Amino acid sequence: MDKQKSVQELDEVVVRFSGDSGDGMQLTGTLFADASALFGNDVSTFPDYPSEIRAPQGTIGGVSGFQVHFGSRKVNTPGDFCDVLIAMNPAALKANAKWVKRGGMIIVDADQFNEKGYQRAGYKTFDAVSELNLQDYKVIFAPITNLTKESLKDSGLDNKSIIRSKNMFALGMVYYIFDRPLNFTEKFFEKKFSKKPEVVEANKKVLRDGFNYAANIHAIASTYKVKQATTLPKGKYRNINGNTATAWGLIAAAEKASLPLFCGSYPITPATEILIELAKRKDLGVKTLQAEDEIAGICTAIGAAYAGNFAVTTTSGPGLSLKSEALGLAVMTELPLVIVDVQRGGPSTGLPTKTEQSDLMQALWGRNGEAPMVVIAASTPSNCFDYAFMAGKIAMEHMTPVLLLTDGYIANGSEPWRIPSMKDYPDIKPPIVAEGTEGYMPYARDEKRLARGWAFPGKKGIAHRVGGLEKDFLKGTVSHDPTNHQRMVDIRAEKVQRVQEFIPEQQVIGDPEGDLLVIGWGGTFGHLFDAVQEMRANGKKVSLCHFNYINPMPKNVADIFGRFKKLVVCELNMGQFANHLRMNYQQFNYLQYNKVQGLPFTVVELVEKFNQILEGK
Amino acid sequence: MEEQYMNYTPQDFKSDQEVRWCPGCGDHAILNAVQKALPEVSKQLKYNLERYVFVSGIGCSSRFPYYVNTFGFHGIHGRASAIATGVKVANPTLSVWQVTGDGDALAIGGNHFIHAVRRNIDINILLFNNQIYGLTKGQYSPTSPLGAITKTSPFGTVEHPFRPGELVIGAQGKFFARSLDVDVKLTAEIMVEAAKHDGTSVVEILQNCVIFNDGAYDNIADREHRDDRVIVLRHGEKMVFGKNRDKGLILSGLSLKVVTIGQGGFTMDDILVHDAYNPNPGVHMMLANMEYPDYPVALGVIRNVKDSTYDDNVRDQVLEVMKTAKIKSVDDLLNSGDTWEV
Repeated sequence: MDKQKSVQELDEVVVRFSGDSGDGMQLTGTLFADASALFGNDVSTFPDYPSEIRAPQGTIGGVSGFQVHFGSRKVNTPGDFCDVLIAMNPAALKANAKWVKRGGMIIVDADQFNEKGYQRAGYKTFDAVSELNLQDYKVIFAPITNLTKESLKDSGLDNKSIIRSKNMFALGMVYYIFDRPLNFTEKFFEKKFSKKPEVVEANKKVLRDGFNYAANIHAIASTYKVKQATTLPKGKYRNINGNTATAWGLIAAAEKASLPLFCGSYPITPATEILIELAKRKDLGVKTLQAEDEIAGICTAIGAAYAGNFAVTTTSGPGLSLKSEALGLAVMTELPLVIVDVQRGGPSTGLPTKTEQSDLMQALWGRNGEAPMVVIAASTPSNCFDYAFMAGKIAMEHMTPVLLLTDGYIANGSEPWRIPSMKDYPDIKPPIVAEGTEGYMPYARDEKRLARGWAFPGKKGIAHRVGGLEKDFLKGTVSHDPTNHQRMVDIRAEKVQRVQEFIPEQQVIGDPEGDLLVIGWGGTFGHLFDAVQEMRANGKKVSLCHFNYINPMPKNVADIFGRFKKLVVCELNMGQFANHLRMNYQQFNYLQYNKVQGLPFTVVELVEKFNQILEGK
Repeated sequence: MEEQYMNYTPQDFKSDQEVRWCPGCGDHAILNAVQKALPEVSKQLKYNLERYVFVSGIGCSSRFPYYVNTFGFHGIHGRASAIATGVKVANPTLSVWQVTGDGDALAIGGNHFIHAVRRNIDINILLFNNQIYGLTKGQYSPTSPLGAITKTSPFGTVEHPFRPGELVIGAQGKFFARSLDVDVKLTAEIMVEAAKHDGTSVVEILQNCVIFNDGAYDNIADREHRDDRVIVLRHGEKMVFGKNRDKGLILSGLSLKVVTIGQGGFTMDDILVHDAYNPNPGVHMMLANMEYPDYPVALGVIRNVKDSTYDDNVRDQVLEVMKTAKIKSVDDLLNSGDTWEV
């Protein structure tokens, strides 16, 4: 080994892989994240990809990125800036140079920095380092394409397949720099290409050659060691992303309710993976119906709910718009239904692959008539499981549609998750009406929850009709009586409000009083948490109040808000939750920090903002 | 003890709700036909009353579920096929009936309708076709004839109508039948056949709207001319019609042709035999598209072909996967794949 090489020990590192959208950067990043997690680090990832299937090769529009943050302590975000950037072409470097920490390492595929590459990426010169002001960075020009060709020249693979493997060469280099074991990735090749042994061998070889190349060149003066995480609670872990966790949480709710899970859905980015994951789970009896459109997705789910399945539908922003009319039907028929909305940039088709929190008002109000709905938001990739489970529990036990909000950032992002045991989750007991119930009234309610009974078709003695027209208070028959309508509007609102009695009190992270309370909801948790921790480490009296239950909100909210001098609501929209709070708790003054760029917050910008607020700017 | 399903009468299927269609509306006759058909279906298929679920969208016809004494779901405009699909997949043992109009099924619900048919989900769709929007008071529908003068087409429509049978067969439909509201006996008979068919059964019922499109089918429904202007098809029987049973259909080249038996050298031997079970949709399509005055309008079961159904396929696939699955519970699932200990 090279004796001159120094090994630096770090607590945490951020690596960003970037390349053309055909370069396999998402896979490369995922493999690196998985290897780090399996090695025992805590990990947080951020896939950042374009919405075009294939933008013109080598252009800025086609750059796909995947950021991995891993550490020997708990990591809460994918990191604002990266220590190492891998850029497979000039466009990737141009698009991502601003995300590298000053003085950080940049590895580029030198073979792509030719005239054509520079021109496609819109450079003014043929000198990326000067043009992008990277003189203070460690930029390594490695001939990755040619070395990959050399490495695989005897592999028997065709030229296209060989060139496609260059991402594995780059990955091998990164494995060397961070002293990652290769075996997890090699196992992945063996599984993924089990029917093509020559592809397994080729990938292994190119990965090792990349590793060895990095070890041999003197350009890489130091490597880094990030120890296994020791601060994580003991237990068995796995990696999970938000969409998978959501799917599994829904299945868990079905299991606890002893009912089949039915998902009627229509593919839409970034929610599609939930449907894909559920479709795999026929082994657990899950029925998925890929409907002809979003409206059919939710309507099949409503039909399935009527017929006695735990029914869900999944979508993203524009799809939720299409489902609006049917949401009202679910409210009127008082059937259990979970609607998952994985938020993305809007309005309209907006930024399909970018994250945002701008569907909140639609979730709360996007229906005709007085149509209140329970709204819940997950806040990390792994807790999508818990909140999907809770959405199911509330929907079934309270006989109401529940809208679960996640977002592109936590849906695609992944983190290690301490595997829970189902025995630690509560039972779900829907008010199922027994066959032959005497004097059954379809809209009679239990006193505590105001939930009506769930009477499955096929059962004797409880035949009844439901529908979208206003219901008689007890019989459920059509009623146009004015006072009955008022009474039904009131009781539907009260039913949703009663959910407050069944959700936990709101927690505050940090002291229960102070100068500034940072308020957030949903997928911004990790960034807000890190920013608040940094403020507190610097002696500032700042705490975090992060919401998962949006409607109704926990009981103790006003009590919490009243203990702080200033309140700032931070969200990736123009102030939707702030306005929700203004409506519900009018006695407080709310400052706002909003960002709508299709990107998560950075910890840096949050800390800067909080300091300004404390200084009264 | 004799099972209950043997002894139902039409009365058992009447709900306590007041029927609110206009006096003289064809819907009354169709409701009678359903209440007549269900006891027969129950007897033949051994169904209890609770096994039926009636699902509808929006429109006059869609009030139907309130009037049938069983489970019912009055949905939203155009979405009945989707709701019915969910009901059936959730519980394939239910006998699911969708009641819908030409506007509900073929305009706002056109997408759901063709996809239900394509999937061959085992539901029975009763499509009331009065060629007009009734509940919204007299606008043209997707089945209104070209040139129809309505409130929203004061100078006549300029759009071509759908022919429901053509649409159904074009969407790979396996069961298509047609009836007339006034012929309660035939309608009930067809409904029993639809119930017995596994897969999507579409029954188009030509229905009169006394208020906004009165007499739309008088030229064929009128008692005096009906026998000469409609043909009632029955599987295995010759395609003959006419008051004197002297007219028939033959194949002439690639088209159907009406001939008079005993004239022009045509004998009974030349007349086509109706084969509703033929998977080839060619003749069925021609029969479904016959229009007066060039042809008699075909009533009865035009197409009735066996095929696997969506709901059975879903159930079978789930059972098949579960049989050999390693993952039996959520705990198994959570602990599957790559895991590590800290």
